[in-house]
Amino acid sequence: MYDDVQAAIEGALAAGASYADARVVIATTESIDVQNQVVESVDRTETAGVGVRALIGSSWGFYATADLTDAAARRAGEMAARIAEASATVPGPEAVLADVPVLTDQYTTPHDEDPLAVSLSEKIDLLVDVTRTMQAVPGIGIARGNLTFWVTDKWFMSSQGHRIKQRLVESGGGYDATALGESETQRRSYPQSFGQFETGGYETVRRWDYAGNAGRIAEEAAALLGAPAVEEGEKQLILEGSQLGLQIHESVGHAIELDRILGWEAAFAGTSHLELETLHRHRYGSEVMNITADATLPGALGSFGYDDEGTPAQRVDIVKDGLWVGVLSGRDSAAIAGLPPGGMVRADGHNRLPMVRMTNVGLLPGAGTLDEIIADTTDGILMATNRSWSIDDKRLNFQFGCEIAWEIKKGKKGRMLRNPTYTGITPQFWGTMDRLAGEAELVHWGTPNCGKGQPMQVAHTGHSAAPARFAKVRVGVKA
Amino acid sequence: MSSLSDRLRLAESVLDRIGDTAEAEVRVAGGGSSLTRFANSFIHQNVGEEGDIVSLRMALDGRVASGTTSNIDPVRLDAFVAGTLERCRVQPVDPHWPGVATQDPGGGPVDHYDQATADADPTERAIRVASFVATGPGMRAAGYCQTSDAQIVFANSAGIRHEGRYTTAVLDGIHQTDRSAGSGHAASNRLEDIDAAAVGALAAQRAIDSADAYDVKPGGYEVVLSPECVATIGIFLTYYGFNGKFHNEGMSFVEHGANQFDRAVTLVDDAADPRAVGVGFDSEGTRRRRVKLIDAGTSRGMLHDRRTAAQAGAESTGHGTAGSEVLGPVPSALFLTGGDRSVESLIAEVDRGIYVATFNYCRVLDPKSMAVTGLTRNGTFMIENGRITGAVTGMRFTQSFLAALGPGNVLGVGDDARWADSEFGPLIVHAPSLRLGAWHFTGGTEA
Repeated sequence: MYDDVQAAIEGALAAGASYADARVVIATTESIDVQNQVVESVDRTETAGVGVRALIGSSWGFYATADLTDAAARRAGEMAARIAEASATVPGPEAVLADVPVLTDQYTTPHDEDPLAVSLSEKIDLLVDVTRTMQAVPGIGIARGNLTFWVTDKWFMSSQGHRIKQRLVESGGGYDATALGESETQRRSYPQSFGQFETGGYETVRRWDYAGNAGRIAEEAAALLGAPAVEEGEKQLILEGSQLGLQIHESVGHAIELDRILGWEAAFAGTSHLELETLHRHRYGSEVMNITADATLPGALGSFGYDDEGTPAQRVDIVKDGLWVGVLSGRDSAAIAGLPPGGMVRADGHNRLPMVRMTNVGLLPGAGTLDEIIADTTDGILMATNRSWSIDDKRLNFQFGCEIAWEIKKGKKGRMLRNPTYTGITPQFWGTMDRLAGEAELVHWGTPNCGKGQPMQVAHTGHSAAPARFAKVRVGVKA
Repeated sequence: MSSLSDRLRLAESVLDRIGDTAEAEVRVAGGGSSLTRFANSFIHQNVGEEGDIVSLRMALDGRVASGTTSNIDPVRLDAFVAGTLERCRVQPVDPHWPGVATQDPGGGPVDHYDQATADADPTERAIRVASFVATGPGMRAAGYCQTSDAQIVFANSAGIRHEGRYTTAVLDGIHQTDRSAGSGHAASNRLEDIDAAAVGALAAQRAIDSADAYDVKPGGYEVVLSPECVATIGIFLTYYGFNGKFHNEGMSFVEHGANQFDRAVTLVDDAADPRAVGVGFDSEGTRRRRVKLIDAGTSRGMLHDRRTAAQAGAESTGHGTAGSEVLGPVPSALFLTGGDRSVESLIAEVDRGIYVATFNYCRVLDPKSMAVTGLTRNGTFMIENGRITGAVTGMRFTQSFLAALGPGNVLGVGDDARWADSEFGPLIVHAPSLRLGAWHFTGGTEA
């Protein structure tokens, strides 16, 4: 495969590129969906091709082809350079790449069981069984389960001499039960909304007790239909880990993307409320808040060996004792900001241009347990598992809905509540975080559906989080 | 691969590999897509791609599996077919498998193809970008210009064959000042229809007019919504409500024959409309039918693929897609009927309300009540005594989209219907501006 990669780079350089890199990517995705014990879909997608990136002046030109021949790869390189050249019609400042080590290496995701080698029958049986258990609970109309596995091989080279082979293995899934009411529905999911995904093999699925939680999840969904709704007001808010993971994703992870801060995503994904001039001075949250972007975390969904510019995976401090200290960056954006490149540029397949993406943006753990936080709460609400999410283009104003909540009164977990929502403004919200559970309850939650870019790209990101409490949050927003 | 006939031969070669072993559907989609992206008033990302994708669904005595590959090497295709067949063998029987389509009632040609758009090169897109950028001197422009050429064939084991092709062209962008932003959008199947200067001028004017925005108190307001906002309402109502799978499961709000909407609302899905893009058949080889979903306020139709139709005792409307087994059928080309009112006249009848240019990040809180939260973006203006009196900062809303178009709440329909950019993307919903009697804003963007 390196021959095709080399041909693509040579094509781009011959056509005038000052720098070029290319990736051959062969990606296999297996996905199984079961609803109410019926297999709805068993699908395997295999994509293969070469994508080449050429830099001329201020713009990247990128071209991809599924034709893995020397001639097609070379032509793709030429096309990438021709596209970059056309950008000079509307030119900008010349792009510069920050220096990174030029390496020859290979990396494979640590895993025990090749997920594609585990029999389909075993996977189907698992999902049929959990949907059967959920369907047996009165009031449950829809019981769904999914497993998805990705195995991705990449061969990367650059005109500077990089030569890196990677095999990334990602696995996961989950299930949900929906109770159907007259005028609304109630859903519960396990391990979290959209499932839990990690780097690793089928052993990651086995670690989650699918069978042991299906009955509880379905009973909670059915009970929610008759539960009182969360009333509007300001409360102490305790978030369970997976919801806190999504809160980090939306209100920290996207806001610290350097391409957004520089305005490169302004028209679509948006910009950021952060300004580079305030790095190391802007208070992001309370002193309990410590966030890192760490692509080296074993098992976390945003882990890899090298990003798609050939920069090694690394850990970067983002928020330290509540102070904003770092960004997510690539070679071009880091050069503009005068920061070291963070190795956070990835592409969704051979046919997409690499761009700044989250790795594992997560909270370092605090101390204590969720039970201790509850015992320490006088008038609060505990919310779990995301149901809806919305945030503005600067990543300031957010509103989240969760699947389930419980009233907390005088240190005791009380009534179940339905339709929980909460809303806030990013720095004020994080500024009220006053309790954060310890390492024993920390989970590397995975988000497999992070959309960004045009054409749209979907990235897999990780968000470590333990349960946390926020002192005063507006809850119960209704239509 | 260069032609539809080449692709049809490829599809038939896949069927030949299967022979009489199983029922099968093969879809080959190819062509090219290119997108020129700009930010800070210059082109910073410029991409193109080419390649064919072969999709296969097989049913072996009711045991169903599917696969997709971009590798059309003959040896690889042998393995692809064998692997899909092997996955069928280990399946339980699917009690809802409707079988492959066996009849094609025929129909007129659907060809939304423009050769000049298919042939557009990076320079032609860059020229549109330059034209957009030039309309906002002193401002920062960002957005994209995209063209694509799609060529799709379908073949199944029952002898059904289809060929189709279409092109798309989109220009979408914003102009930004230090304190504001304004948006513009145009889309068609022909690049020559895209008036980049007009799109840019609208974006620039909205940005200028938004420069001194102020906060307003959240609460209920009358609103005038641009086609972009209305398109998002239309796609949400269709995806979550007029979706045969969700309706069969009891997840949809749709009650057929009920006056769930204002009489001013008529919503039709029609792939054959000359203004549409897309091909005239779906992923199962069923010709797309014109479906009137809402008729003068009354819920009438439903989108079906073969599976949901069989369960509902109906016929497929030709809205199957890869993945509709799980997500349900999806619209192909939605048209919300336009009116005869200028946007200015819609605004003129509002005593106190808000004009919204774009929604952002809309998410459903509950599909049955269609409660949705989202934000306004790139142009939000106060209307007082029939005219726009100033800009307001972006606002969050939490609003039932069903109630928003409910009986008595649509107070005026604009004459400006066009392809608008919805939350799900461009070229899906053709919509006009609407004046609505009530809309629930629940917060500002910064407070």
